[in-house]
Amino acid sequence: MINIIDEKCVGCGVCVSACPFDAIDIKDDKAVILDNCTICGSCVSSCNFDAIDFQKEESDDTIDKSEYHGIWVFGEQRNNEVLPVVFELLGEGRKLAEELAVPLSVVLMGSNLADKAHTLISYGADNVYMVEDESLETYNDQSYTDIFTQLVNTYKPEIILIGATTYGRSLAPRIASRLNTGLTADCTYLSIDKETGNLMQTRPAFGGNLMATIVCPDRRPQMSTVRPKVMKPIEPDSTRTGEVIRPNVNIPENIKIKVIDQVQTLCEKVSLTEADIIVAGGRGMGEPKNFELVKELADVLGGAVGATRATVDAGWIDYSHQVGQTGKTVGPKVYFACGISGAVQHLAGMSSSDIIIAINKDADAPIFKVATYGIVGDVLEVLPELIKEFKGRL
Amino acid sequence: MDIIVCVKQVPGTTEIKMNKETNTIIREGAEAIINPFDEYAIEEGVRIKEKMGGSVTVLSMGIPKVADLLRETIAVGVDNAVLLTDRAFAGADTLATSYALATAIKNMESYDLIVCGKQAIDGDTAQVGPSLAEKLGIPHTTNVKKIEEIKEGYIRCQRMTDDGYETIEMSLPAVITVVKEINEPRLPSLKGKLRAKKTEVKLLTAEDIGADVNLCGLKGSPTQVIETFVPEFEVKAEMFEGSAKEQAKSLADALLSMKYAKRVD
Amino acid sequence: MNYFLTEEQEMIKELAAKIADEKIAPIAIEYDHEGKFPHDIVKYLAQSDLCGVYIEEKYGGLGGGVFEMALVVEELSRACGGIALAFAGTGLGTYPIILFGNEEQKQKYLPDIAAGKHLAAFALTEHDAGSDAAGVRTTATLDGDEYVLNGTKQWITNGGEADVYTVIACTNKDKGARGFSAFIVEKDTPGFTYGKKEDKMGIRASCTRELIFNDCRIPKENLLAREGMGFIVAMKTLDRTRPGVAAQAVGIATGAFNAALKYSREREQFGQPISSFQAVQHMLADMAIQIEASRALVYQTCRHIDSGAKNISKESAMAKVIASDTAMKVTTDAVQIMGGYGYMREYPVEKMMRDAKITQIYEGTNQIQRNVIAQELIKEAAKQKK
Repeated sequence: MINIIDEKCVGCGVCVSACPFDAIDIKDDKAVILDNCTICGSCVSSCNFDAIDFQKEESDDTIDKSEYHGIWVFGEQRNNEVLPVVFELLGEGRKLAEELAVPLSVVLMGSNLADKAHTLISYGADNVYMVEDESLETYNDQSYTDIFTQLVNTYKPEIILIGATTYGRSLAPRIASRLNTGLTADCTYLSIDKETGNLMQTRPAFGGNLMATIVCPDRRPQMSTVRPKVMKPIEPDSTRTGEVIRPNVNIPENIKIKVIDQVQTLCEKVSLTEADIIVAGGRGMGEPKNFELVKELADVLGGAVGATRATVDAGWIDYSHQVGQTGKTVGPKVYFACGISGAVQHLAGMSSSDIIIAINKDADAPIFKVATYGIVGDVLEVLPELIKEFKGRL
Repeated sequence: MDIIVCVKQVPGTTEIKMNKETNTIIREGAEAIINPFDEYAIEEGVRIKEKMGGSVTVLSMGIPKVADLLRETIAVGVDNAVLLTDRAFAGADTLATSYALATAIKNMESYDLIVCGKQAIDGDTAQVGPSLAEKLGIPHTTNVKKIEEIKEGYIRCQRMTDDGYETIEMSLPAVITVVKEINEPRLPSLKGKLRAKKTEVKLLTAEDIGADVNLCGLKGSPTQVIETFVPEFEVKAEMFEGSAKEQAKSLADALLSMKYAKRVD
Repeated sequence: MNYFLTEEQEMIKELAAKIADEKIAPIAIEYDHEGKFPHDIVKYLAQSDLCGVYIEEKYGGLGGGVFEMALVVEELSRACGGIALAFAGTGLGTYPIILFGNEEQKQKYLPDIAAGKHLAAFALTEHDAGSDAAGVRTTATLDGDEYVLNGTKQWITNGGEADVYTVIACTNKDKGARGFSAFIVEKDTPGFTYGKKEDKMGIRASCTRELIFNDCRIPKENLLAREGMGFIVAMKTLDRTRPGVAAQAVGIATGAFNAALKYSREREQFGQPISSFQAVQHMLADMAIQIEASRALVYQTCRHIDSGAKNISKESAMAKVIASDTAMKVTTDAVQIMGGYGYMREYPVEKMMRDAKITQIYEGTNQIQRNVIAQELIKEAAKQKK
């Protein structure tokens, strides 16, 4: 519950504007929490007088946390290929595993995956739990949930990391719900609290304008989803050794969900999430037809075209190009931000790029704070010059 | 066919600005609205009802004021509105939210399909739909872009995937979460608005639905926010000066010296 | 200002505003430049139940009157005065049926119009019949059970797009204006064709065409009221739709004013927003005064008409004159405040200025309106003397 400690409260009102829900009022020079408070905790850190008491009531159902041990990564595969996000999560998982001195494992489901185990071990896995069955070849919400939770109940991992792909974002909440444990979506930063050993999960909140650190102190396992391209894989080492475990599980029958057809439609020249170079345009491009400049530079450089939410919402370009919190997260070697001011939601989707080039007429635009190189100027003048420059020298 | 649409109240804009000096939120015109993705869920529910008969009920959890937003959905063809509102529900994470919604749904007479928006624009977690399905012990499919066929006990739909789409069959009852490609939500109608004015939103407390308060709200939420902070980015950009032409040249020099740019044929 | 609208009227205004802001504003410039007819917007109006706000409930409408129609027109015109005409022009074409149609005619035509399935148009103007409506040359001759129409109507709003046309034609040349009659003509009637789409200065998303009648035979049941009533039908209709034109003008003016006000707060010159300069402030104040005064008169005139008052010509004319003159003045000033940006076709205010002009011209020029007002004033004075 959140309570105002009246003796400490000076009625300064800072918490009133800190509250995202308009749920604090000042009455008789003291802050008062209103009924529409959602207990999000945003006000606590805003108070300069420690006058807001935020305590969770002790939960009654305590579990024996010591039973839970080790870190798991969901080894999502498609067409028998392990997705890159799995290697990224292994890279992050390795760090956490070392800090906790526990093993790092991958759960791999599908059919004919025997040759994948070694690759996963070379990317940092200590164990590979492999469940093979023809029925698992393509992803199925029901059977994957069933098997995964069987494994969790048998082996009791303390942390589970799942890639925030379409399937990962569908599977993770289903598993967490069945296990009655906490799940934090789209984490951008993970660390271990040295005192408690809890996983500290940081993610953007309120459209990315606030970052929130979330823990799951009383339940296990602790579950997070992480977007592709947010974490970095380690250099694979083929001399690493590990164990392949083929656990005994009941392959579920009586499946209520059936995938009857899969169609691939994304056939862009260069896929946005895989591209090494991305040229992205924002509202500063002025109007839809100026996006041709963005496309032309991308073509010259062999890159992909990105866009901000504002331009997509305005119908200038298709949603598949959207980079940011509600679009794709990208991490190319070079990211050109053309006429993009750098709203935090957009930054959330591209700030892990190696080199960021910002072109914007407003020198104070936030994009310059994450940029490697900056050009203050009219993007409509600079882009044609850049196109000329690269055309002549490549 | 009886359809339940789960909706959430969210701030009217995601562009909440932060005052970095005071670490406080600047609310500008952030009037509460129904989560935009949920509008597509409502429209899809109403379309199915219009084709198959039955009813559409919107269900939400939130502060009493949310009732006004729920009432507005009557104007686009919804039949009933139910709001779970109780201090015991406050501070719920996605698990506790799913528990409360599932408990309320179990109390309802019958339902064939539950439709949710793909995610809420304030939290962007996309967790409640699948979590709710699990609590009800029924199948779910996320990111549905088209319902190909729906009949008693059966649905076939298209789900958007990362590289295309897939066609999925499920038995009903089931949960689907929908993307905005699925339809174009209709505008409210005058007759609907007049009907909405007379419609009572059913308000239910934790006790009304027989929920275990230990599983609701903050108490029933395994996750806790322990800290919020404004993201900081370090200032380090190397700025190029001169005319557009000179700036472009300097940038090309810098990039080409690192061999990041490569020609494609 | 609180105009004490009923709850229902507030809802109508809200729904129309939603369509204006969400559906019309984003496409207004494109439809203007390309002269596209807004069939898609009509669909949204139908979805929202707005097409029949002025039609009786038993014919599928809302049972409102001129005021309800004006509220919709005003809101839509805020985003685009041309697109609003698809609705307002239908009102003009429908009012003769509402006022003079018999039960069968109402049953047959009003429900589809109320549902937004059909649009309507009103055809009075001809080459020689403008301000002097008595110059109508189009003839209708009874032949058995049918009237045969011959002649050409000019500059007809919704021409070629409407499904139902009310046409004023001469049934007895010897009687002058008393020889006019009003008819309902359905689209696709043999002998009824359209001329080319006119290339207009403004309201370009509205469609204006000639209607050409060449031995066009219509059933005699399509006569409205009686033979010889045509002129009365036209005048009574126009008395009721002029506040619609006035509302269109108020809407256009409001749209331009809002754009100029917003711009003046954003545009900086000499290191400060131009809204801080008194020259601009006074222009904004004058614009607001004129708009509010116009709106007040338009709303009150609508209420006066809807109350069932008999003498409405003078009030109706006054509302139209003040609102349309205001629209012209305000849109011109909005362009002025926005300077170069105001003059560019990429921004909406130059379009509003072009759209505003027609409101001073059609449904009776402002000069004719002043004649009407003056005649009524003199008539009233004469009566008082008695």
